[in-house]
Amino acid sequence: MSGLDIQAIRKDFPILDQEIYGFPLAYLDNAATSQKPVQVIDAVADYYREDNANVHRGVHRLSQRATDAYEGARSKVRDFVSAQSDKEIVFVRGATEAINLVAHSFVRPMLHAGDEILISHMEHHANIVPWQMLCDQVGAKLVVIPMTEKGELDLTTFDDLLTSKTKIMAVGQVSNALGTINPVKMMTEKAHAKGIPVLIDGAQAVPHMPADVQDLDCDFYVFSGHKMFAPTGIGALYGKQAILEEMVPWQGGGDMILSVSFEKTLYNELPYKFEAGTPNISGAIGLGAAIDYMQSVGIAELAAYEHELLMYATAQVGGLEGLRIIGTSDQKASVLSFMIDGVHPHDVGTIFDQQGVAIRTGHHCAQPVMQFFGIPATARASFAFYNTMDEVDALVGAIQKVQELFA
Amino acid sequence: MSGADLRDLYQQVIMDHNKKPRNFRDMADANHLAHGNNPLCGDTLVVYVKLNGDVIEDVSFQGSGCAISVASASLMTEALKGKTVAEADAIYQQMHEQMTGGEVDMATLGKLEVLGGVREFPARVKCATLSWHTMHSAMESDADGQVTTE
Repeated sequence: MSGLDIQAIRKDFPILDQEIYGFPLAYLDNAATSQKPVQVIDAVADYYREDNANVHRGVHRLSQRATDAYEGARSKVRDFVSAQSDKEIVFVRGATEAINLVAHSFVRPMLHAGDEILISHMEHHANIVPWQMLCDQVGAKLVVIPMTEKGELDLTTFDDLLTSKTKIMAVGQVSNALGTINPVKMMTEKAHAKGIPVLIDGAQAVPHMPADVQDLDCDFYVFSGHKMFAPTGIGALYGKQAILEEMVPWQGGGDMILSVSFEKTLYNELPYKFEAGTPNISGAIGLGAAIDYMQSVGIAELAAYEHELLMYATAQVGGLEGLRIIGTSDQKASVLSFMIDGVHPHDVGTIFDQQGVAIRTGHHCAQPVMQFFGIPATARASFAFYNTMDEVDALVGAIQKVQELFA
Repeated sequence: MSGADLRDLYQQVIMDHNKKPRNFRDMADANHLAHGNNPLCGDTLVVYVKLNGDVIEDVSFQGSGCAISVASASLMTEALKGKTVAEADAIYQQMHEQMTGGEVDMATLGKLEVLGGVREFPARVKCATLSWHTMHSAMESDADGQVTTE
């Protein structure tokens, strides 16, 4: 067993201590959004109580403190993903905005009719639709890496999919619907060998494993704060400095300029060139606090414990009759998607809820994955390091309740 | 407590219609049809209607969805078959009232009363109403499923 003191950790997450319909809440919807520790909640509240002011502007004391806290959070993100410089970290609303930014400011100016954008079959809609919109605008082609029945990428034809027309490869590190961990480092290496830039969607990876952009050598790495114990509405884009320097701005406005006249505007330096308008200051500070929290628990430690949870849940749930696990790769983060024979996932979700077990049911914003398996939706339990083996047992009990009711 | 609540939602009649949906079939000679889908949960269905003058001579559906959605569609086809357009409209209105917590006329609702439990589960109301909205569009469309502007 891991060395984590789960009961002590749970005390940091006040929301977990409540009853739903008389049952203790088992929050197993972490892949949708994670809960926030008091350390994050307090960091946000303290900022508004003590330091609130606009950043990068005023000479007054509060503005200095707000700026220091905001830029301090950027340094924490830089350290968290092992970037080389704070200039490589752009604060955004989340992974979705980061992908749209790269699509607009990096890919669009160099994309022509007949060019290709390479994604995979198991992407979240956020890593499909921005590229599709771009392809439609210029007449480029969206090319899709196929997947297998186990829910792994089928890389048998991968080399052929990387062509001289491929302008970017954008793939998820961990599938939100299946939990599969993709071999993105190897894929990046192969893409780079053909001169193709790479974006990695780390939204589902950052809560579960160390993110190291030096090791991955990707050109862009994106993630959302809210899936890693930070507030909603904040996330980060990492981009290699030399690439970000060359890119056109994303949105225009205040803070992203050096000087403005009606004849010409000079853009600000990195990363501010990409941060128009007053940013989500409290969100960034909350994200910094979440990183501190994860590092205090230990990312390797939490990953090891989550793996134990997943193994236990897979054995318990997989042992039940009349149930099929969707996504059976050996390389998985703590996501367990499943179908109960003869019962629609939506009914599963309602019956679970009545027993205090919160899961996600639906297509998980990954409809192509659902189409691949020929199903409309799945029930998905997803774990964080504050979950317990007892909560896995509650999940199993809830499944048995569904089967009883639908017998 | 929770068991009783769930039984209000998943009543025997609903479970039966989910397992053995009535009028669950294609209809080659339908003169009205419409496609319905709930993008949130992925439920999709087609409702077929054969109108003979003012009377719903036949009504059927196909598709996939949760127990509430399938049972509601199945019960709907049973309730509407043989009714006039005006009667069907009155039943549609009563279903709407039942789902939104308004005053309902049990005589008009009949067996559809079993769907009343859905009201206590706001996240599921759309499951119960999808087939009804689709039927409503079908009545205003032609056999190709094109909703007419009239």
